[in-house]
Amino acid sequence: MDPLSTLWETFFDWDAMREALPEMLTVGLPNTLILAVSAALLGSVLGLLLAVAGISRSRWLRWPARVYTDVFRGLPAAATILLIGVGLAPLGMQVWGPDPYPLGILALSLIAAAYIGEIFRSGIQSVEAAQLEGARALGFSWGDAMRLVIIPQGIRRVLPAWVNQLIALIKDSSLVYFLGLVASQRELFRIGQDYAATTGNESALLLAGLCYLALTVPLTHAVNWIDRRLRHGRPATAPADEDEDDTESALSGATEGDRR
Amino acid sequence: MTASTTTSVSLDVRDVHLAFGPNRVLRGVDLAVPRGATACVIGPSGSGKSTLLRTINRLIEPDRGDVLLDGRSVLRDDPDALRQRVGMVFQQFNLFPHMSVLRNVTLALRRLRRLGEDEAEAVARAQLELVGLAGKADARPAQLSGGQQQRVAIARALALRPEVMLFDEATSALDPELVKGVLGVMADLSAGGMTMVVVTHEMGFARQVADTVAFMDRGVVLEAGPPEAIFERAEHPRLRRFLAQVL
Repeated sequence: MDPLSTLWETFFDWDAMREALPEMLTVGLPNTLILAVSAALLGSVLGLLLAVAGISRSRWLRWPARVYTDVFRGLPAAATILLIGVGLAPLGMQVWGPDPYPLGILALSLIAAAYIGEIFRSGIQSVEAAQLEGARALGFSWGDAMRLVIIPQGIRRVLPAWVNQLIALIKDSSLVYFLGLVASQRELFRIGQDYAATTGNESALLLAGLCYLALTVPLTHAVNWIDRRLRHGRPATAPADEDEDDTESALSGATEGDRR
Repeated sequence: MTASTTTSVSLDVRDVHLAFGPNRVLRGVDLAVPRGATACVIGPSGSGKSTLLRTINRLIEPDRGDVLLDGRSVLRDDPDALRQRVGMVFQQFNLFPHMSVLRNVTLALRRLRRLGEDEAEAVARAQLELVGLAGKADARPAQLSGGQQQRVAIARALALRPEVMLFDEATSALDPELVKGVLGVMADLSAGGMTMVVVTHEMGFARQVADTVAFMDRGVVLEAGPPEAIFERAEHPRLRRFLAQVL
């Protein structure tokens, strides 16, 4: 065989792909999604707590949030996953047994939280002070005003950055393979990697890559869509005006979309 | 607009002082507004008018002095409870852009007054009707003109049945042709017996609607009196100069 077709076979061996595909879809894909979605949920909740702590007037909340963010953003993801997944394994063994998923998800969440916390914080801080004043003037406490008025607006503004973080999570979820997975626990990357290792052919790994792209590429486009929508407002669904001063409405609209 | 005015009370501001660092914004302000009366506060920008309003509902705590509602000091009350008694309308409306007009009005009714959804909606729709915006309940604030947004903001404040209303340059951000509708709503409210403090640059409104006009300059009320006294027989030279510029 000439070198070129060898190269082709190395990556595009359809039989190797076909062999790996069922396990990829029935085992790898669900496991990747379990890891990424759980870590996204937990990471977002922790991130929101970090964001609120980060803008708190109390330095006893601000400082720990700052240190946490610096540490978990600064460490390589692989190191964090190993430190938590292996370091806390004896503890995990007592609670839920040898399953590496809980600690893997915890580690991914802690990393994601550091990034998501910064994203949420910048969004919340971008909301005009007048909004807080408006809510406080109605009689809402600081906490209620944040929860009902400021945070929902702030998070909306940074949804594109948040979705980017979900994309990173999907990719980083492959790193839990460090923790040692039994056959049924393997996610996309590990399954591709195992097939590639046993056959000496990278096609299955390429297939795994295609599966990641099938998840992440639509998300990147979702980011663009959300971004456009936030910039230009929702598609015009304004109810028909029966009001006497219709002419005024023409003047509106432009203001909201510009704020970001 | 009589429904919301039955409970209005007198407001007294006594010798209120406030400094931001070395900057003495309020230097002993006195203002008495009898129950049901409307006081218009006029004066050059930077004179402390807007800050004065914020010390009344304690968005900013005064350093010294007292604020009394119905003859009772409010400075030791829970500020959140106080602000439910004192409605405020802002220059930039401060509507919540992520909520419909209706939800802007019902939010405090539901969360603070603990009304059920149906009851809160009924109150809100009635209040929107009074400012002529019943048809906009489901719109987002950004879909409304500035004038409409400000009327929603007024409805939102009135829905809580405040005992005093504060207006902070409520028409200053509006295009000229939209000012009249908002001033009309405010004049109705004043005629209905609401106790009001109105910081404004609309001298026509002050002349026609106010019971008292107070001229503020450099953190004090320099001169106060019925509109005709202020506009026709101004005593203080600074007030005369100010009126010569704005009239």
